[in-house]
Amino acid sequence: MSRPTKFDEKSIAGKELSVEEHTELLVIGAGPAGLSAAIDAAGRGLSVVLVDENPVPFTTMGNEVPLHYGQGMSGVARNRNAMMEALIASEPLIEAAFEAGVDVRLGTACWGLYGRSESTRWLPGMVAGLADEERGWLIGAEHVIVAAGRRDMGLGFPGWDKPGVMGATAAMSLARFGALAPRRVVLLGTSAEALDAAGALMKAGVEIAAIVEQAAAPVGPTEMVASLRVAGCEILTGHVVREALGRETVEGVAVCAVGEIGQPTAEERHIACDGVVLAVGVTPVIDLVAALGADVAFQQARGGYAPVVDADQRTSVRDVFAVGDSAGIWPAKTRDRLVSEREGRRAVAAILSDRGVASDDMSIDAVGPDSPTYDLSAYRIGWVRASVVEARAAFHVCQCEEVTAREILEVRPPRYLDWQAERRNDRSLSSLLGEGPPNPDQVKRLTRAGMGPCQGRRCREQVAALLALQVATPLASIPLAGYRAPVRPLTLAISSQLPEAPEQALHWDVWFGIHPQWRPYWEVPEFYTVATNDAAAPAASE
Amino acid sequence: MSEISGASVVIVGGGVTGLSAGWWLAQSGVDVLVIEKGIVGWEASGRNGGGCTHMQSPLFLEEQRLWPMMDELLGYPTEFMPHRIRIAATEEQLVLYSRGIATSRQHGYRYELLDGKQLRELVPLAGEDIAGAYYYHFGGHANPHRTVQAYAWAMQDHGGRLFQNCAVTGFRTEGGRVTGVKTERGVFGCDQLLIAAGPHTGRFSAMLGQEVPVAIARAEMIVTEPLPLMAHTGVDGNGLYGRQTLRGNLAYGGGPHEWLELPDADAPAKPSTPLMNHIGRRLLEMMPRAAQVRIIRSWAGIIENTPDGRPVIDRLSTFPNVVVATMSSVGFGLSPASGHAIRDLIVDGACGFADISSFRLGRFDKLEPDWRELQGWNALAMEEIA
Ligand SMILES: Cc1cc2nc3c(=O)[nH]c(=O)nc-3n(C[C@H](O)[C@H](O)[C@H](O)COP(=O)(O)OP(=O)(O)OC[C@H]3O[C@@H](n4cnc5c(N)ncnc54)[C@H](O)[C@@H]3O)c2cc1C
Repeated sequence: MSRPTKFDEKSIAGKELSVEEHTELLVIGAGPAGLSAAIDAAGRGLSVVLVDENPVPFTTMGNEVPLHYGQGMSGVARNRNAMMEALIASEPLIEAAFEAGVDVRLGTACWGLYGRSESTRWLPGMVAGLADEERGWLIGAEHVIVAAGRRDMGLGFPGWDKPGVMGATAAMSLARFGALAPRRVVLLGTSAEALDAAGALMKAGVEIAAIVEQAAAPVGPTEMVASLRVAGCEILTGHVVREALGRETVEGVAVCAVGEIGQPTAEERHIACDGVVLAVGVTPVIDLVAALGADVAFQQARGGYAPVVDADQRTSVRDVFAVGDSAGIWPAKTRDRLVSEREGRRAVAAILSDRGVASDDMSIDAVGPDSPTYDLSAYRIGWVRASVVEARAAFHVCQCEEVTAREILEVRPPRYLDWQAERRNDRSLSSLLGEGPPNPDQVKRLTRAGMGPCQGRRCREQVAALLALQVATPLASIPLAGYRAPVRPLTLAISSQLPEAPEQALHWDVWFGIHPQWRPYWEVPEFYTVATNDAAAPAASE
Repeated sequence: MSEISGASVVIVGGGVTGLSAGWWLAQSGVDVLVIEKGIVGWEASGRNGGGCTHMQSPLFLEEQRLWPMMDELLGYPTEFMPHRIRIAATEEQLVLYSRGIATSRQHGYRYELLDGKQLRELVPLAGEDIAGAYYYHFGGHANPHRTVQAYAWAMQDHGGRLFQNCAVTGFRTEGGRVTGVKTERGVFGCDQLLIAAGPHTGRFSAMLGQEVPVAIARAEMIVTEPLPLMAHTGVDGNGLYGRQTLRGNLAYGGGPHEWLELPDADAPAKPSTPLMNHIGRRLLEMMPRAAQVRIIRSWAGIIENTPDGRPVIDRLSTFPNVVVATMSSVGFGLSPASGHAIRDLIVDGACGFADISSFRLGRFDKLEPDWRELQGWNALAMEEIA
């Protein structure tokens, strides 16, 4: 195709994007997978930038970003230096990465990943948006390895908005920094990941008051269950949390036994605790790759929606790889960090071979996910039915936008519209359905559930499970609610630091800047041709 | 292919144009069916700025008449908020606004010029150091998501039918008439056809021998976390369009678009880009007190544009029982009125409330075949993409 001679100056053509720095390899996430990848790649002579948003600023944690911290931070989390030291001390590979010549940037978040595609042809290549507490900028990268880790499915019950109710990943992260406030917690869930979290918290000196499981039996490996029992953990199967009790913060929970289809029974009991740890669904962090447009699919063996990767950990976007938990979570990976480390190194081997560098000594066997031992979809839906649908009082499934389960299923206009029920015809989820499954994005647009500042982190899996339950379909058939950049909230002050090409500023228009579009209709000529279009004078679109 | 129960009027495309037309037709007792490839409003109709101020259009008066009544007429909330403030950060912007001001004056609408202090009373986040701000006693904004769904539900309340997740693939013709719409799921018979398929309107009309010239482009918007509602929420300017939503979020767009090629049957992917930051920069210039407010999402939409940027609502000369309708990038605000005009054209044979001769397809009869190249509306070259 020959290049057209003329470009619409109001279009993006020829407007250069200001990319501050470049690297051969960008690694996002300084866990075992990302660090191994970065160290390997640096050892093979690549320029490597490794970013990790930890230590996360206290106020960001307070906003429930990037994890569901549930306000469970102790004062330590305010001390940036202490947090930084704890981070480095807790992971020996960080030191090793510095030594290997990796450009390690801690406290630096990646809020967007962008690449050239059919629809974004103007971008100069792979570009990532980075920000620390003061600054925001773009980095160009020839290859990107996403090692962004895991997060937790939220699970609501009355009182779950009280400080002290948090995700297991957040709890473990805070414990690692010595910044976890709760000392005695009730933990929900019995998957390998949940049991592993229980063990890690105990090791960190947190008392596990009880492990609560909605299913009739624990779903995780029996030996893990056994060793927790030996350590004195009570495991309450066939139970849910009815309510988080406490005046301002969590002071205890009411648990009760549930019947076969999640219905509560009268058997209720109170357990004193100052934290509730949600470990009912650990799931890969896929925000960056999904927003980029890489293929993601619900993969039960990988913990839910996960990027589609090949044996080299390559995503559908050629230069982007996903490794470690963000590529999929399964018991063997949770229990042995070598699985993640190998994924990181496999991605580097593939990158080296893309670059034409021999990677003979780097052949590392691909280890696929374990075959699932329980039905992840039924399990998560079971939790949502017993805890959310059967709840004894209404509560906000979406805490940011204050939307209840009922409002979601009835697709109610948000309360701030004060739309009177009598003016409203009966419209609920069934009236939205076309010939396909319910779409969480559509429900989100109408109810606002998932549209708040935590960016749906606490409710997206719950909403999906609610929809699946309502139409009796497995989770896999509920489409993924879209992820969009910035995948971390970004202040206007920081985002606006990105310099702008002078030609872009010069030609910036509200809309397309099509001159004849705004001419009053009584002045429109009989025929339109490009030649007779007399548009010349500058004019803003309306 | 099996024949499925069709309708008197079949509409291709469940965006605001097709849905509003469907609603108007259903209200007139016409048996109508909207066929939508995905979910209603999934394309531009659910991704736009919600602006309802189009003084250049012959549908302007009807747009202005209808919006304040839409919640009542539809029976579902649209979040319409009347009036618009347009901030000029610079003298240059103030001058650029004068054309729209002149046009609205000719329509007999009222506006006034605010100074920085008056502006701040209505828009506390705004800066004082502005060239001026026009307060339009007309126009306004609505919520696109709610409006799309309201049209769909209201149409169904009047007996219209909606078929989602079903792509139209072509047409069945007999002796100069389109008698059926072919889809993935079979053929739907019809007496009349409305093509309101947004970017795909050109492709479909070309199948019927008279192409509506359209080019498509991607444009972006951003939204911040919610803030307390300002005294006036319908405020934009400084190179941006948009509003504070009734929830309190600042939702704005503007700036360069990217011309694209239309993939054969699919809608193009719609990633957003770091243009987000530059939209954010203009928002911050316009509302300096929002510096610590956080952007929580950005998105892009695909827009259809005719060569002169003006709508086409007309019958095809090749198949007179076919109406084509595309609003050329300003179809949301005009949708209450465009549906009315389409209804009139289909039921009465002509628009009864406005002179829509400027929407004639025939105005492009002398258009240069290479108009896209001539206007520079080309997609950038792809060769470097792996
Ligand atoms: C970022 C952005 C901001 C905007 N801001 C404003 C604004 O402030 N004010 C304003 O008035 N306008 C605005 N617009 C423009 C406005 O959104 C569009 O003009 C309008 O939505 C067009 O509506 P439509 O129904 O004609 O087309 P679309 O919304 O594109 O709908 C066409 C429908 O046809 C369907 N379709 C396509 N092919 C097939 C097929 N084969 N079979 C079945 N169905 C098919 C599509 O899926 C789609 O749903 C904006 C647009 C964007 C993207």
